[in-house]
Amino acid sequence: MSTQALALEPLLTCRGLVKSFGRVIGLNGADLDLYPGEVLAVVGDNGAGKSTLIKCVAGALIPDTGDITLNGERREFKRTQDARLQGIETVFQTLAVSPALDIASNLYLGRELRKPGVIGKVFRMLDKKRMRTEASQHLQDLGIGTVQSITQTVETLSGGQRQAVAVARAAVFGSKLIILDEPTAALGVRESARVLQLIKDLRDRGMPVVLISHNMPQVFEVADRIHVQRLGRRAAVVTPQTHTMNDVVAIMTGAMTVDEKDQALGPVRSAN
Amino acid sequence: MSDPAGGTIDLAEEFLGRRTPMQRLQVTLHRYPYLSPLIVLIVALVIFALINPKFILPGNLSFITQQTVVIGTLAIAQTLIILTAGIDLSIGAIMVFGQMVMANLALTAASNATNFGLPPWLAITIGICASILAGAINGFLIVKLSLPPFIVTLGTLSVFTALTLILFKARTIQGPEMPDLLKVMGVAIKIGSFQLMVGVIVMLVLFAVFTYVLRMTSWGTHIYAVGDDPQAAELSGISTKRVLFSVYVVAGFITGIGAWIYIGRTGAASPNADPSINLDTITAVVIGGTSLFGGRGTLIGSLLGAFIVVVVENGLALAGLDQAYRVLAIGILVIAAVALDQWIRKVRA
Repeated sequence: MSTQALALEPLLTCRGLVKSFGRVIGLNGADLDLYPGEVLAVVGDNGAGKSTLIKCVAGALIPDTGDITLNGERREFKRTQDARLQGIETVFQTLAVSPALDIASNLYLGRELRKPGVIGKVFRMLDKKRMRTEASQHLQDLGIGTVQSITQTVETLSGGQRQAVAVARAAVFGSKLIILDEPTAALGVRESARVLQLIKDLRDRGMPVVLISHNMPQVFEVADRIHVQRLGRRAAVVTPQTHTMNDVVAIMTGAMTVDEKDQALGPVRSAN
Repeated sequence: MSDPAGGTIDLAEEFLGRRTPMQRLQVTLHRYPYLSPLIVLIVALVIFALINPKFILPGNLSFITQQTVVIGTLAIAQTLIILTAGIDLSIGAIMVFGQMVMANLALTAASNATNFGLPPWLAITIGICASILAGAINGFLIVKLSLPPFIVTLGTLSVFTALTLILFKARTIQGPEMPDLLKVMGVAIKIGSFQLMVGVIVMLVLFAVFTYVLRMTSWGTHIYAVGDDPQAAELSGISTKRVLFSVYVVAGFITGIGAWIYIGRTGAASPNADPSINLDTITAVVIGGTSLFGGRGTLIGSLLGAFIVVVVENGLALAGLDQAYRVLAIGILVIAAVALDQWIRKVRA
């Protein structure tokens, strides 16, 4: 992995995002750059605006001001559906799965497959069989599921299994980038390792990933660059090679600042 | 589920394995929520048949289906709404409004002030449209003004009732005053000594159609998702507002059909018709295993629930018990059904 800047255009840029909730300011001119094929970790203290930032990118929140640019084109997402249509898939902290529905229905929620021909067009009949087969195939491909369980309702799954369903949904449908908000928060050690492996697999397939996490060892394990968010803005972008975990914590709390020339504002990884 | 250590965790085994008989029952009822009303209905039928043999005579069974038809039809609308974690207290008022619109528009007797003398098919269509509009008003208030369904429909219950009385002067329209098409739902088809009402067939067709819609279409899936967890549904890209509004509109349509059936069943159109129908539909849906918290339930359960309400009333009457005991029995059934639902919901890990 080379640390020198490569001549690459960012896939996603955010400039000067502001989002306030009444008197509380969530984002105060936040920037973000994501380059093709990289894993960008977003870290920060509670209330630094990590979740608010990615919710703006995912369409779950509309920023008050500021620009979001995807592939050089300015985008305004009013709903999560708008971002999804642009190939941005998000695993929210709340997972956003429907407990009473089965795994296949959850995977295809909001983009159900219909039967071909008149049955699908006129009678709007869902192709449940195809959704189930494809869902279990996807889960197997990702190494996070079994065939027998695809008709099980999500409420009967453990926290880790639910998270697997949510991550699988993003991994299957994300075509441009995948955002994971605290994907390992509810997981045990072994399940966390599985999600981290999945993130690496996604990157190896050339899929950029934005990872929000509190867990420093995990961040340092998978991230190419680390975006440190502080008080609603980007405080610095560093790499696991140039800075230590203690440095990152110091930047998070404001005890340390990094000169712009020492930051990793450009890409550090060549897209494959 | 394969993991880095190379082992395998079988979800199915985790799901089915190592459970006590009570837990198995809980899981089974959770998967098939219509099982409990089915058992209750069968037990009730057997007990009442043993107490009084008249109960299972074709004549009485015909009577039971006729008693069920209006509650059953409106229970379809109520089920859709309760699945979204809503409730409709105005459903009976909408039905009465719809039937008064139909009857008054089709009225042929020259003596009446509200005599429009429209062709019966047009009067029925306008009556159904009036019910759809009433449902849309409920939906608008709930979705656009973000008011709780309970409060909105409690208010519109009074509004629609008052509107009916103001517009139609509290006058009951008798059967002979109305054209035959309005009363067609009450026509009985004889099968031996069993009499099958046209309205019952229509109700069963509606149940079949909406069971298909709930199980086999995106809209049906979205109704469950919205009732289950509206935030999750919204984040998954479902427009929860659109789904909610459409549910109240469709419920209005079903209630309009229910109004037509009601005219056929009673052979008259009265502005003071059956004030207990609002709560009876909720009772049927709840006994049928649909959760008042939304996201879980089936239409077949509501159909069984509607039959249970009528069968218990009818059976206890034939057993010689006083009206008060029948009311008591229904009350106990409702509480038991909700308690069962709470227990079943604990299956969530």
